[in-house]
Amino acid sequence: MSELIKLIEQEYAEKRKELPDFKAGDSVNVHVRIREGNKERIQQFQGTVIQRRHGNTNGETFTVRKISNGIGVERIFPLLSPNIEKIEVVRKGKVRRARLFYLRGRQGKAARIKEKL
Amino acid sequence: MSGIIGKKIGMTSVFSADGRNVACTVVEAGPCVVTQVKDEEKDGYKAVQLGFGERKEKRTVKAMKGHFKKASTSPKKVLAEFRDFRGEFEGEVALGQEIKVEEIFKEGDFVDVVGTSKGKGFQGVVKRYNFGGVGDATHGQHNRLRAPGSIGGASYPARVFKGMRMAGRTGGNRVKLLNLQVMKIIPEQHLVLLSGSIPGANNSTVIIEK
Repeated sequence: MSELIKLIEQEYAEKRKELPDFKAGDSVNVHVRIREGNKERIQQFQGTVIQRRHGNTNGETFTVRKISNGIGVERIFPLLSPNIEKIEVVRKGKVRRARLFYLRGRQGKAARIKEKL
Repeated sequence: MSGIIGKKIGMTSVFSADGRNVACTVVEAGPCVVTQVKDEEKDGYKAVQLGFGERKEKRTVKAMKGHFKKASTSPKKVLAEFRDFRGEFEGEVALGQEIKVEEIFKEGDFVDVVGTSKGKGFQGVVKRYNFGGVGDATHGQHNRLRAPGSIGGASYPARVFKGMRMAGRTGGNRVKLLNLQVMKIIPEQHLVLLSGSIPGANNSTVIIEK
């Protein structure tokens, strides 16, 4: 890749280094900045990472799934978005694949993920 | 209209202030040198000619060497003319003056980009003119999937109208894209980030106008 493009992406490359290491199966708590009119507040979204996409590009995203009032909710976050205040890794999961779409068909006990110790 | 000449570097994406991830093209724009100032008296119209990129001395014809000598600058690879350069600042531009990208554009400006699109060779009408092709792939249909269909009437008019869109050489044309936003300017490296894609291959010459 061109040196000049690297220069532009440098800012994001540094941001990436500061982010915690997490992958599919991990439980994360994402702090998202939300603007309501002129007010800005932080909203938290805690759940299981079920996939990471477009790795090593500025457009990298990750999908977090949680069960909210008995309904499955998934949110896709751009990894390097300025609207993401913080990503906390709550729990490391032990899984055998990179994309956990099988969780969508499961509930309760069947949707558990073993903890990686 | 003011503008600058540049070189397409490649594409990446950046986050805008409101958190959107915007695809961008990186252009190395300028620095350009004013090689000629045209005025109404002598040339019939107002314009400024800019030069960009170095050309080898021995690859420059004598007539052009004289042209560059007038502006007291080294031979340039690309020349382009901008009518009514800088509009109200007309008086400011002097022969031989160096024009930098940050002097012309600022972040958030909307600009037009002129370039030469990538040559695609001999292409059918589906790629060339976005035709839909004919009918179905199944139901007994065969070998017509990307065909142009009818090209006209029969015994009247007994000919094909001029300008009928058919297969042929595609791409490699001068293309102008309108209203691209300047996302970011890096003056030290003369870089400008434009929203979206621009015509041409990497390392090709483009003209950015405002």
